[in-house]
Amino acid sequence: MNGNEQARMSAQRLHAYVDGALSRSEAAEVEAFLAANPEQAAEVADWQRQNRALQALFPVSEAEARTAGMLAARAQKTGGWVKAAAALALVALGAGGGWFAHGAIGTAGGPKMAETLVEEAMLAHAVYSPEVLHPVEVGAANEAHLVGWLSKRLGARISAPDLSASGYALVGGRLLPADSGPAAQFMYENPAGDRITVYATTGSKGTLASFQFDSRHGLSGVYWQDERLRYAVVGKLDRAQLGKIAVEVYRQLI
Amino acid sequence: MSSFHERLEACLPDLWRFAFSLCRDRALADDLVQDCAERALRKRALLLPGRPLRPWLMKMLLNIFRNQMRRDRKLRAVPLDGDALERHEEFHVAPAGGDRLELAEMARSLARLPAQQREALLAVVVGGLDYAGAARALDIPVGTLMSRISRARAKLRQGAEGGSKPPLRSVR
Repeated sequence: MNGNEQARMSAQRLHAYVDGALSRSEAAEVEAFLAANPEQAAEVADWQRQNRALQALFPVSEAEARTAGMLAARAQKTGGWVKAAAALALVALGAGGGWFAHGAIGTAGGPKMAETLVEEAMLAHAVYSPEVLHPVEVGAANEAHLVGWLSKRLGARISAPDLSASGYALVGGRLLPADSGPAAQFMYENPAGDRITVYATTGSKGTLASFQFDSRHGLSGVYWQDERLRYAVVGKLDRAQLGKIAVEVYRQLI
Repeated sequence: MSSFHERLEACLPDLWRFAFSLCRDRALADDLVQDCAERALRKRALLLPGRPLRPWLMKMLLNIFRNQMRRDRKLRAVPLDGDALERHEEFHVAPAGGDRLELAEMARSLARLPAQQREALLAVVVGGLDYAGAARALDIPVGTLMSRISRARAKLRQGAEGGSKPPLRSVR
């Protein structure tokens, strides 16, 4: 580039450079120009600083946390809830890779917390679901007592979702110790004797996080959190079946 | 499953950032984005095939925001207060852009910009639109967009260089 061309380096092109709108070779041209023109280089550096400040003022992580689950919530308000939530669940589940593949989930308590929730919910399922004599502490016959008790211990209103539409009936529930405090487990059974558990525990960061799927130890789990609690649904079902049930649970819990 | 849903969902975080940067109020930004998503789902048939979704959504959001501002004077943008900045930092684990005084200064300078210039700059930097998309969202020619961005950046630069720096509030 000769001196004349450099002098004619347009302001537009400098802005495009700052906004990452140039090709690599165009950007290299601008950089060569800036190296020879300190005054404009200082201006461009200021613009870049402005961009960084704007990014910091309006961070992506917060936006992601606040919009997670928003389509589902919207649909609930307008009545088309189940369909949209199912779509959301499928989006989340279909994205594959489970909880940890989603960098965006960082604000939902962080990978460590998610890891703990996954392990706890699956362990609780693995321990209690094969029980024949004592699968639960309080049986479905005393559902009102069970729900009142668990809500009190969790410090948040929780109900035992009705999963009869999916063919599962409530067996009962129990209180469990979890990393972040008390946890509640509801157990369900279908006529074939297959059991699924719904797990809820404290430690929510107060933001919504949409459904994540994970599978390990021969079990599948779907996880999410709302403003108050973190949830998991665990069973030996495939992703689609469990996703449908998770959506059902989610719909009833809020 | 409709891919429109997926594409819409992928745009929500940037829509929220843009909304929040315009109104500086989280709950309001939630409402704006929700309104926008609802409208988008209702009007999806109006999006011409091949047209990018993002500028269409941003334009819709901007319209909703402007209408609300007209309806409700309380919504007039105000500078971020100290509390808001602190709450920002909760979400902002690794500060990528300078210290909090610089951020506070940026928030104040931003609030002082003429609305048109602010919207142009934010559509590109925060809304994640390219120039063509931002021009479409704002319903102006690209040349006009560029000159607004240019003026916005010059004003922010003046602001940063001081002149009449307001006294800094102590931040706990």
